[in-house]
Amino acid sequence: MQVNESWKPTIVAFCCNWCSYAGADLSGTNRLNYPANVKIIRIPCSCRLNPMFILRAFQRGADGVILCGCHPGDCHYTTGNYYARRRMTLLFSLLDYLGIEKERTRVEWVSAAEGAKFAAVMNDFVATVTALGENKRLEDLRCKQD
Amino acid sequence: MQARLIQRAKELLESGEVERVLGWTAGEFFYDLTPAVFTTVEVLEKDFRYNVFAGANLSKYLIAESRKPGKIAAFLKPCDSYSFLQLVKEHRINRENVYVVGVGCEGKCDMEKIRAAGIKGVLDVKQNGDTLVLDTLYGEKTMAVADALAERCAVCKSKKFAIYDELIGEDGEDSDDSRFAEVRRLEAMTPEERFAFWRGELSRCIRCNACRNVCPACSCEKCVFDNPASGVENKAAASSFEENMFHIIRAFHVAGRCTDCGECSRVCPQHIPLHLLNRKLISDMNELYGAYQAGADMESRPPMVDFRQNDPEPSIVHERGNR
Repeated sequence: MQVNESWKPTIVAFCCNWCSYAGADLSGTNRLNYPANVKIIRIPCSCRLNPMFILRAFQRGADGVILCGCHPGDCHYTTGNYYARRRMTLLFSLLDYLGIEKERTRVEWVSAAEGAKFAAVMNDFVATVTALGENKRLEDLRCKQD
Repeated sequence: MQARLIQRAKELLESGEVERVLGWTAGEFFYDLTPAVFTTVEVLEKDFRYNVFAGANLSKYLIAESRKPGKIAAFLKPCDSYSFLQLVKEHRINRENVYVVGVGCEGKCDMEKIRAAGIKGVLDVKQNGDTLVLDTLYGEKTMAVADALAERCAVCKSKKFAIYDELIGEDGEDSDDSRFAEVRRLEAMTPEERFAFWRGELSRCIRCNACRNVCPACSCEKCVFDNPASGVENKAAASSFEENMFHIIRAFHVAGRCTDCGECSRVCPQHIPLHLLNRKLISDMNELYGAYQAGADMESRPPMVDFRQNDPEPSIVHERGNR
């Protein structure tokens, strides 16, 4: 079997504007390494993440989707991440129920001071998704480039 | 029962207490009773039908009907009464314009179950206590009602009414949680088996949107699946993505509001067990956020618009294995 050694997963990271996006910034200014195939999308709050965004990301070729937000209790809008937590729990459970690998989805709470945690989380998540391989179960052939 | 319902509907219409009656009439076949609004006693006496196939949930029609001038009487079975109360709770139904006549229910039959039992050429079905008397091309046959019950009725969640103004028949009891047995069976499979199962089921979807159109919870005036720019408003021949997307999002949009009436599976022309998606969400919400039955009361907060500070983290999905 031929293994494509150079294959790298595409990871979409939804980061809340107030904590995790600043956390990613901090990990950058601290010169901490995390893989370049993590594509960060800034959202105003973790609860802005419509479950459809996650499915869309998979449709358009993502191999893993991670949501980063403020720690529960620290939400800029007071309660947003509590709702996001319930929604994501149910969505991940439903995806798992449909047989879609649950390791491809994750939620992590990263504050603006946790640049090191951000880099560690991304390294770990990219390693997990790389081990899983390409996303085949939620792909849309029309969106494939080759 | 049909005679009692017609009699009561006639009284309500004649006394002027209501202007219209929402009930069932004969559909294309004798086994697909169709919702209908009756305005005159003559038509009511001629066309009103109620039998073991009156499975259609009438509560959704009350969204439009209750906004018209004048009062309407609606016949609701116990499971329909949950959908009704949920819609009242969401301010979709004008409660003042509806007179709810509860109809006691012992479960409705599914023609597919009768066919599966090997009985062919059925012309008419009559209920005689616990047995169905089937008039077929090959003579009269009988069958136990319990063997012909629709899947959702065989594992009925509750025969207790959520709400009614008057009752014909009897108010029942809550049932046990045997309705989650099929969900547990799927959960016990490996992810590969589950994927194969759902691929097999969902790939049959023809995107007719019947499940959305019949669902009392899916009553938004604007729907994401009507948007041609969404890319998932139609069935695409090339990919399996649409059906996945459609059914995941539809199940998710009704999470916490789905009363588990089972209409989605009843109307599916491809016999996809769609209620299993909703039941999974209900079972998860019960397990993670406390027992909740949508439409059971007016006061409680649905789990998806509520939170606790000590809710489990999403990683619980990873931790609890195949569950």
